[in-house]
Formats: sequence, structure tokens, C-alpha cells
Amino acid sequence: MFDDVRDLYNKTILERGRKPLHMRALAAFDVTAKGDNPMCGDRVEVWVKLAESGVIAETGYKARGCEISVVSADLMVEAVAGHSPAATKALFSSFRQMVETGICADCDEALQPLSAVHKYKSRIKCATLPWHALIAALDGTTASVSSEGGST
Amino acid sequence: MIDLARIRADFPILGETIRGKPLVFLDSAASAQKPRPVIQAMVHAMEHQYANIHRGLHWMSERTTEAYEEARDAVAALINANDRHEIIFTGNSTGAINLLAHSYGRGVMKPGQAVVISEMEHHSNIVPWQMLRDAHGIELRIAPITDAGELDLAAFEALLADGKVGLVAITHMSNVLGSYTPAERICTIAHAYGAKVMFDGSQAIVHRRIDVQALGADFYCFTGHKLYGPTGIGVLWGRRELLDAMPPFMGGGDMISSVSFEASKWAEVPHKFEAGTPAIIEGIGLKAAIDYVQAVGYDAIAAHEAALTDHALARLGNVEGLTILGRAQDRGGVISFTLAGAHPHDVATLLDRQGIAVRAGHHCAEPLMRRLGVDSTARASFGIYTTAGEIDTLADTLGKIREFFT
Repeated sequence: MFDDVRDLYNKTILERGRKPLHMRALAAFDVTAKGDNPMCGDRVEVWVKLAESGVIAETGYKARGCEISVVSADLMVEAVAGHSPAATKALFSSFRQMVETGICADCDEALQPLSAVHKYKSRIKCATLPWHALIAALDGTTASVSSEGGST
Repeated sequence: MIDLARIRADFPILGETIRGKPLVFLDSAASAQKPRPVIQAMVHAMEHQYANIHRGLHWMSERTTEAYEEARDAVAALINANDRHEIIFTGNSTGAINLLAHSYGRGVMKPGQAVVISEMEHHSNIVPWQMLRDAHGIELRIAPITDAGELDLAAFEALLADGKVGLVAITHMSNVLGSYTPAERICTIAHAYGAKVMFDGSQAIVHRRIDVQALGADFYCFTGHKLYGPTGIGVLWGRRELLDAMPPFMGGGDMISSVSFEASKWAEVPHKFEAGTPAIIEGIGLKAAIDYVQAVGYDAIAAHEAALTDHALARLGNVEGLTILGRAQDRGGVISFTLAGAHPHDVATLLDRQGIAVRAGHHCAEPLMRRLGVDSTARASFGIYTTAGEIDTLADTLGKIREFFT
């Protein structure tokens, strides 16, 4: 019955949704931030441990939300490991292009399972919420950030 | 009995298909679809009979004023108001509640008094009272609900016992649980302690005949777009002597009897509360919607929806892993549920792919979500045009979604 949604709810998404690999709070971290989409109720909290060189050593998160936002956070943790803040922002930029348009020239392979999100306009903000929280953490933003209200 | 086939034929949108599948619209509690007479009345007004109202001396203005004021008569008859001047047009229920919070809350209530709301309010009946609390020194008290999703009447009465409560502002039917509140008993209790009562009837008036005098209410509000009418028009009804004692909400044209730079005098109700050019076309559309509902008849609507709700509770109750929130004795066609192993947003997306429209999220009732111990739910809500077959389709599809995610 749901063959037409297998692009979004593919094997990786369903497996990770059932059993996320990286959902945990970090006891020791350098920066943290929260993402909150009040219209839909999704929330995510992100913790980042930075290496001495300034690159991301470890990322942890806790998410309360749909399969798409949880799996997006889980895949994000893998994709950004070892990235500098600038490289992380560049990756988010190409990831955002992928979930908005379906096109991604230089996306991390690990983020490909979310490439069909662009066909589900109301779900784009689910996929980008954890990224907004991560970037906010790296930027030292203390206020909760959102991917609702027109800007994904 | 209602002629369901005939009613469905009156709603053009129900003939639409979504990705090749017939539209199964189960989101009427958010906003209902519009029957052809409503659409035609609005188009007719714009094509043949439109000008600004209450001020023109020409034929078009006079005729348009007449049509708009007929909407006021239709609302007065719909809720059995004693006096057509008691009907104030607003933008929606939110506009009505904000008007009341301002003009009654700040204009009539005194700092130190309290407002009682319940745990199962829509944000629109929470936030205006918080703003009143913060601006005017009014205490805000929250009447709890039981685990079944019914108002806890004993706890409610206890909140009123000190005599400080000036106003009870409470839903007449929960937009999440579908529970009705016992309106007559609420009024009896509130009045015994000297409090006035406002009902948010946004959901209730869609499903039940409302007689504000029989209920014993002091204020009642609802919105047009849930009652098969257009967006942009709502109603606040209040007892005449209460409205007369309230200062205006917004200032502007239409709400004055005279203006000089030194002072202005307010118009009589309802115009005192209707500043500016109102939603004229929408008023005319609301009248057509009320005429439509009255022609079908509330007895027939209530019987149809009671049967649908029973059917839905039985069918959904049999879906493995599905939990229905609330089990109120007196409930209507709004059912919130969760499905084990699937987030409500994912459920809604999969239902949507089958042409089934439901709402998912917190339903603008976050405090209630916390009370129920959930972050969000999926909600199916019924209208005059909903069929038992559509509910079967929902239940069957939910069963398959459950399998998909496990």
C-alpha cells in the first residue's frame, strides 16, 4: 500500500527510526543548543565536543519528534564528525539544498537517505531542525532555534 | 436521517482526488469544507450586490447593509439570543476572546479578581487570559480535568469558593478530546459564586444546537469557518447589560456616535465593538452557512455524528497499537489517538498518501498534551459530510501503517 512513500521511508530511515545509533546526551561537551519547532512540537537538543584543532570530535543529541527529524539528527552526527565549524556550515548548506530541491552536488553519502524529503514540502523543516540546533551550538547561540516560519 | 449523498453533492471539494485517490477529509475540526450555497452567496454578493455598509446613501450600500445585517439575525436565531444587538461580529473565536479579555477583563474586572479556564483549552482561550493576568493583576486559575477527559466539577467548584472569580472562560467542546463540558452545571455553579461564564463554542456549535439562554451563559463565541462558513468572521454573543457596561476594544470608524478632537462618544452595541469596515462578504457567507445547517437540522446532524462517533470509536479501538485519548461520556466527532511505534506526523504523512487528511501535532493545546502525557497526537474529526465508509478506510489504513513501522 505504501510503495509510493518508500522513497522517504526507506530502509535506513525505518531502521534508524526504530533504533537510533547516536541519541544520547554528552556528559562532557564544549557547546550545546536547542531546536524547537513549536507549531509541530518537535524538539531537539544537541551537544558538541570539540577537538583541540577546533573540529567536531563528538556530537550527541536528544530528540523528541517524528522519524524524519530523529533520523536526520542521527545521520547528522556521523556526517559532521571531524568537520570544522566552517565545513559543517558548508555541509548544512548542501544538505539544505538537497532536502529543498532534491539536488546535492557535494553531499555526504551518509545523508543520502533523506534525499526524498524535497517531495514532502511539509517535512523539510523536520529534516533541518537538528542542523539548525547544531549550527546554533557552534555559533554560541543561547536562544532556542527553529526551522518553522518560512525559513527552513 | 440526513441524506448524505445529497449533502456530499453540495460540497464541491469532496469530488476532488488526491494523487488519484478520493479525498477522505477528516480534519473538519481545524476548518470545515464549504457547501455550494456559501460559495455562491459570496460570489453573488461580489458580482451583484456589494458596497461598504452602514454609511452609504446609495442603493448598493443599502442592499449590502441589509444582507450583512441579515447575518446578525441569522446568528441571533441560531443561538437563541434574546436581542440581535447582542451579536458582535469578530474575525474569529480568537478575536472574540481577545475582545472579551480586553473589554470585560480590563474594563469591568478589578485587579485581584480571578479568571478560571480549564486544562483542555485551545491556546486561544489561554493566552488572552495570561495577557490579562500580566497587564491587569488578574489571577488565572486552571480547572483540572479527570483522566477520562471530563471537567472535574468538584475541583472546578472549589476554585470558585473564595468568591474572587469574576469570569469562567471555558471550552464547550474540546478540540482534542471531543469532550463536551456540562455547560448548564458550569453556569449554575459559577453564578452561585458571582462569576460570569463565557463558552468557547468553536467546536460545539458545529455539532449541537446551542441555546445560550437555556444554557444560562453570559458570553458565547464561535467562528464561521468551522461551521461550513468562510474564514475571517466570528461571533461574540453577550448578554446586553454586560455588553453595555463594557468599554470598546478597538477604536475607529463605525464604532462611534460622534467624534471631536476633545472626545468621542461610543456607538450602541454591537457597533461599539465593531470598529472599521467589517468582513462584509464573509458575513453574507456566514448567513448562507447558518441557513444551510438549519435546513439540514441539528437533530439530524447530531444523530448522524453520534452514529459516526460510535462507529469510529469501535473501529479505531480495534486497530492494534492504537490508543484513543479520553473516554468522556458526553463526546462528539473529534477523536485524538496515538499509534505505538509511529510518530503522529509520520502517521499523517502516510495517511495523506492515501488521500486521508487528518491533523497531527499538539492541536494548539500544549498544556492538555502535557496533562495527557503525550507530545502530540493524530486527530480525526468529522463533519456533516463524513461517512462511515471513510472511517473504515481510516481504520484499515492505520492498521497497515502500524505494520509498516513495525
